[in-house]
Amino acid sequence: MNIIISNGSNDPIYTQIEQQIKAAIVSGQLKEGDMLPSMRVLAKELHISILTTKRAYEELERGGFIQTVAGKGCFVAPKNLEFVREMHLQELEDALAKAAELAKMCNIPDREVHTMLDMFLKGDLYE
Amino acid sequence: MNNAIEIKNLCKNYPAFNLKNVNITLPKGYIMGFIGANGAGKSTTISSLLGLVNTDGGVCLIDGKEMRYMNKAEKAQVGVVLDECNFPEVLNWKQVDKFMKKIYSTWDSESFSDRCKNWGLPEKTIVSKYSKGMKMKLAIAAAMCHGAKLLVLDEATSGLDPVVRSEILDILMEFVQNEEHSVFISSHIISDLEKICDYITFIKNGEIIFTAEKDSLTEKYGILRCSNSDFEAVDKNAVIAYNRNSFAVDALVDRSKISGDYIIDKASVEDIMLYYMKEGKI
Repeated sequence: MNIIISNGSNDPIYTQIEQQIKAAIVSGQLKEGDMLPSMRVLAKELHISILTTKRAYEELERGGFIQTVAGKGCFVAPKNLEFVREMHLQELEDALAKAAELAKMCNIPDREVHTMLDMFLKGDLYE
Repeated sequence: MNNAIEIKNLCKNYPAFNLKNVNITLPKGYIMGFIGANGAGKSTTISSLLGLVNTDGGVCLIDGKEMRYMNKAEKAQVGVVLDECNFPEVLNWKQVDKFMKKIYSTWDSESFSDRCKNWGLPEKTIVSKYSKGMKMKLAIAAAMCHGAKLLVLDEATSGLDPVVRSEILDILMEFVQNEEHSVFISSHIISDLEKICDYITFIKNGEIIFTAEKDSLTEKYGILRCSNSDFEAVDKNAVIAYNRNSFAVDALVDRSKISGDYIIDKASVEDIMLYYMKEGKI
């Protein structure tokens, strides 16, 4: 797993860690039951405060991505289906928004866009 | 006890300088950076903590106990590194190892020689021929090898080059991999502390200005950059201190108290300290 911390980023460091671990879990790079590095090891490797990594892990736990087993460490939680769906919905929304913007820019009537989408959904365009 | 260090209402009066009601708490397992200008009271606080001077009020507890009431075994759990290496200059580290073994019953010879070798200290060279960085590493190695759970470093990184400083930071991070281990380090090279510290305590003229989690400090404060006329409209309660020049104003502000569309840059711990030093000159 890669975790890249940027000091120039506007996101606080704990958010950067949280998001990168989240991405690794959603993409399947980290699987259910995988053990995460301990907070102290992560802090040492990244040269950041232990409290920062602690906070990142707490946020991940609150989001249901990881589980902490006292005395053993942090593990990737069973995939929260609802959350994964939420993430995908968000992605879909972004893609559609882009499509709508493009349609407006090129003066393509709404009707035509709708037909196009319907055809995609039916799978006609793939044939 | 869950606190490695607990200083409550510490007072110490000198003819020209007073420590006033110093309160510091360091939970076990974390690193605290202790910052302040020269003469702000850092070393006085540390001397009081270590029981090296008599105080005029308050208590300094290490793991729940005052240093002067500790027995030998308890004292061995505190490792101290001052800004100079105080070993006899005519010894090499092999000989230092020999006499430390006689002082501490808990002395770990093996770990000491491992560290000295890993950190590049030559076996046959005597201490007086060491560079400043090597002396500091020797002092830290010694402080870590008698079973210390708390390391207290007073200006241990001052006068060292960036490479050695960074090595020392690595060593400290390695030390706190054990959750029972804590570090209290004073320095005025704040960029070093900014990287690794969990807590920052800032002392000015014998008074603690703030003691807080480092992340909460950098989240709370920001540097506002605006024009002179815009600055008039800013809520002065939010401003800690500012720098005015003919073209613009830079001010350290409490982000939560600023509303409106302003440019607010991230403030480093160093920025925060520098602006607080100016405070009162507004």
